[in-house]
Amino acid sequence: MSASRRMLMAAALLVLAVIAAMALFPQLIATADPLRTDVRSALEAPSAAHLFGTDQSGRDVFSRVVHGAGRSVGIGVLATALAVVVGLIVGALAGVAPRPIDGATMRINDVLMAFPEFLVALVVVAILGPGAINVAIAVTIAAIPVYVRLARVQTRTLVLTEHVEAARILGVPRVQAFTRHVVPGVLGSLSVLATIGIGSSILAVAGLSFLGLGPVEPVPEWGLMLSGGRNVLGTAWWISVFPGIAITLTVISATIVGRNLRAQAEGHLS
Amino acid sequence: MRATLTRIAGLAASVIIVLWGAATLAFLAFRVLPGDPVSVMLGPQAQVSEAVKDGIRVDLGLDRPPLEQYLSYLGQLMQGNLGESYQLRMPVAEVIGRQLGSTLQLTALAMAIAVMLALTVALFVRGRVARGVTAGIELIVLSSPVFWIGLILLSVFAFGLGWFPVAGTRNPATIVLPAVTLALPVAALLGQVLRDGIEAAERQPFATTVRARGAGQVRLTAHHTLRHGAAGALTLTAYLVGSLLGGAVLVETVFARPGIGRVTLSAITDRDLPVISGIILFSALVFVVINVIVELLHPVLDPRQRRSREVRR
Amino acid sequence: MSVLTVQDLSISIDGRLLVDGVSFEVALGECVAIVGESGAGKSLTAAAMLGLTPAGARVSSSALIIDGVEARRFSQSQWRRVRGNRIGLVAQDALVSLDPLRRIGAEIAEPLVIHRDLSRAERRERTLELLESVAMPGPSTRMTQYPHELSGGLRQRALIASALAGEPSVLIADEPTTALDTTVQAHVLALLREIADAGTAVVFISHDFAAVRRVADRVLVMRAGRVIEHGTMAEILDAPNETYTRELIAASTHAPREDRFGLGDAVLTGIGVSKAFAGVPAVTDASFTLVSGQTLGIVGESGSGKTTLARMIVGVEKPDAGDLRWHATDHGRQHRVQLVHQNPLGAFDPRWTIARSLREALAAGGVPRAHRAARVAALMKEVELTPELARRRPAQLSGGQRQRAAIARALAADPDVLVLDEPVSALDPSVREKVLRLLGRLQRGRGLTMIFVSHDLGVVAAVSDDVLVMKDGVIVEQGPVASVFAAPQHPFTQELLAAGH
Repeated sequence: MSASRRMLMAAALLVLAVIAAMALFPQLIATADPLRTDVRSALEAPSAAHLFGTDQSGRDVFSRVVHGAGRSVGIGVLATALAVVVGLIVGALAGVAPRPIDGATMRINDVLMAFPEFLVALVVVAILGPGAINVAIAVTIAAIPVYVRLARVQTRTLVLTEHVEAARILGVPRVQAFTRHVVPGVLGSLSVLATIGIGSSILAVAGLSFLGLGPVEPVPEWGLMLSGGRNVLGTAWWISVFPGIAITLTVISATIVGRNLRAQAEGHLS
Repeated sequence: MRATLTRIAGLAASVIIVLWGAATLAFLAFRVLPGDPVSVMLGPQAQVSEAVKDGIRVDLGLDRPPLEQYLSYLGQLMQGNLGESYQLRMPVAEVIGRQLGSTLQLTALAMAIAVMLALTVALFVRGRVARGVTAGIELIVLSSPVFWIGLILLSVFAFGLGWFPVAGTRNPATIVLPAVTLALPVAALLGQVLRDGIEAAERQPFATTVRARGAGQVRLTAHHTLRHGAAGALTLTAYLVGSLLGGAVLVETVFARPGIGRVTLSAITDRDLPVISGIILFSALVFVVINVIVELLHPVLDPRQRRSREVRR
Repeated sequence: MSVLTVQDLSISIDGRLLVDGVSFEVALGECVAIVGESGAGKSLTAAAMLGLTPAGARVSSSALIIDGVEARRFSQSQWRRVRGNRIGLVAQDALVSLDPLRRIGAEIAEPLVIHRDLSRAERRERTLELLESVAMPGPSTRMTQYPHELSGGLRQRALIASALAGEPSVLIADEPTTALDTTVQAHVLALLREIADAGTAVVFISHDFAAVRRVADRVLVMRAGRVIEHGTMAEILDAPNETYTRELIAASTHAPREDRFGLGDAVLTGIGVSKAFAGVPAVTDASFTLVSGQTLGIVGESGSGKTTLARMIVGVEKPDAGDLRWHATDHGRQHRVQLVHQNPLGAFDPRWTIARSLREALAAGGVPRAHRAARVAALMKEVELTPELARRRPAQLSGGQRQRAAIARALAADPDVLVLDEPVSALDPSVREKVLRLLGRLQRGRGLTMIFVSHDLGVVAAVSDDVLVMKDGVIVEQGPVASVFAAPQHPFTQELLAAGH
């Protein structure tokens, strides 16, 4: 890896570490109470007292950004993790299943995959109704197809590789050959894709919350906060801008880390 | 000729299957949900007697056996009847149709801007530094929520610099900022894929042959590698259109524009099930049409996909 | 009068000197061959003559004169005027060297578009002329086709036509026939000779001495970036000075085996074996006998069915019709058949070390855990690999080392029949000889029966007792190798033999 790549990777990891800290120990970083309203200090610009300013109800924006990390990022991470597990199982099974079952599964999967995650999540929320939990379910469902496809392609490819066939010729039992040679490779590819996919899930959660379909006030959540700052955009830009920066930085960092992992994995195998 | 006919037949079959699948999905989804659709529709606040609710149920045909409901639902669909909106008391087709024009304008303009932007970048950005910078910008654009980009653009260009009006539909200038906002993520993704495709093609042996003939970079790109990159980008088309639709919902909200976005949002919050299923079906239709077009275009771009003459030894 | 002069060419990349002081001249109508194994620097030299060396390469020379023009200090735009116009390139494997998305006619006409000012009709006419000059059947139809619609040999001709379109005085051919079947190779080589005879200066780069001897007037032998020997074709063949040159020449010719020793009873009899994939027949009605201690060669071009037959013998595929009857052994056990794959890189799990793969093979063969380490060491020794190589991953070994490791793994299962699918095709000539000798030693030492599948008749003849010649799924001729060589009956066998010599 070149020097600039390494620096970028280090910076990305640092950002992710900070975000993780915000998600896990928000009280340590932002001592102010995110829910405390103080109408007298409403709509104050960023200052020493309020790093990111205050919103219409006088709540400290910085504190809300920090406390919102857990929700905004956490749902995305959880959704991705679940989607990977489901995708691995379904995809691997499809990869070894007889043609008709494999074909049918992948057809359905292809239809789902053609839609961007946000759109699928939107449809699921449309069916289930608004709410924080439904958003989590929706984003999970939206993320699954990509992992199913990758798991299935990888399973098919690896099962047909010469070294798996060679193992079988040598007499290694079929199941053992599968778990020792195929599954680790598939899991590896999925994990790498997942680090990139976390970004899409976070964006989907933010989008749904922005539309008001997710967590409701007064809970701090980045997408929701962005929506809240819309009407005062001209005068109090900080209410929308800082949560937006938080989302963007998180997604960029996750993507950079994911891409580097993928480049390493591909270089390793070639 | 026969091969083409079989392919068209296959495509037509998959179109019908997908549409049927989407319709069935929409139908099942609402029947499977916990809770009584009528109560959901009326909302938790409604103080309505059971008798009235029953009356509504009969009205909507919810008391008949499920299979009968399903068949009549399918029958209605084939006649183009998407049902009637609970809230607005209008045929769903009309509800969607009215707002469709505005959204179509927006997405068409955004698509045009995105394609132009992506092509320009792919063709004219040369040199390692420029490419690095472009890749960085693309990463930032793709990592930012599209509604945030819209808010920033609004903030800077409308509120800040005052170049564009903030809202309203009379003024044609109001479509510019939303269209640009919608176009940026699409342009970023398209540009990335095009560039990756072009760079991958340039590493292939045929690029050496082309250079050995005395071709320069421009000729290599314009006549050879661009086509390779475009073939890859074509497979993305359905995804990009979906991305435009989803983005339209968000962008219309940010810029307070009328369109499908507004319809969808109110339908979701009001639990207006017919409208929601109408929108799902509409998206499925769009997806299917785009896919057919892409399938038909693919062999045009990549002759290896054509099932044509035998290889003669 | 030399039309290409190269003096003291040196190329280094990242500080490593890859081409060191290469000098040669080529005159009009002459064909000069540059022979060497992979890594010798031949392709870099070719690239330097076109100004197409990779980005980080530093090229220096005291002279680089192309058709009377000094090209040492050329800028890119100056190079562009010369490429295709005064010097042309024919690369390996037209399937990837021609733009797969463009029609043949457009590819051939491109130098005309770049360097000449012709109308569309004039270009079309010129393209037809060029296709005729490379003996392309049905030129007007072929012009509108795409590369994947032509067979390998025709594609290569199209590639040559596109290189000639600008009427260059020098033609660089970099491994132009390597990806082709033997019989097709012969035709393309003849074409290149014609081009040289018609007045173009041809530089023919190859690792295959057998191909070189059919076309070249003079030869340069390169090794590790240096020219170690040069002279006329006759001089080099009759009296090579360097040992390395002798090795290369020896590797290109094989005398058929005469001795047939230690042959025993029938091990396997195939009767009317047939297999088809999705309705397309791969093997039709194959009948043969395999005898204990024998080496049976199966030779044929791509698509002949030889690999399918081999895989059926191993048991990976089942015949659709016919019978593969394994005979009982003396000690009552089943025959154990193992396969050495064509692609050793693919046959090992890339994430595992060689030792781990060997241990897996031993485990599957029932060797108890305690004995495995010792057996791994013994196997490595048997295939002449240093034991510490077992700690590496397949990608970290050379081609020859990988092939030996693949043989070791096949031996781990203690087979008595070994099927080898193109085991030496991807190896450099000198390494090839060593591996073949190893296989001979192993066979004698272990009493193995071997089936040797290859497209290279010379190699098969050198190691086999009997040979099956296959074409389009059918065994067209079989018998002891010496007699098939001396008196081939079937026209295809005759063609193969003629192409190889």
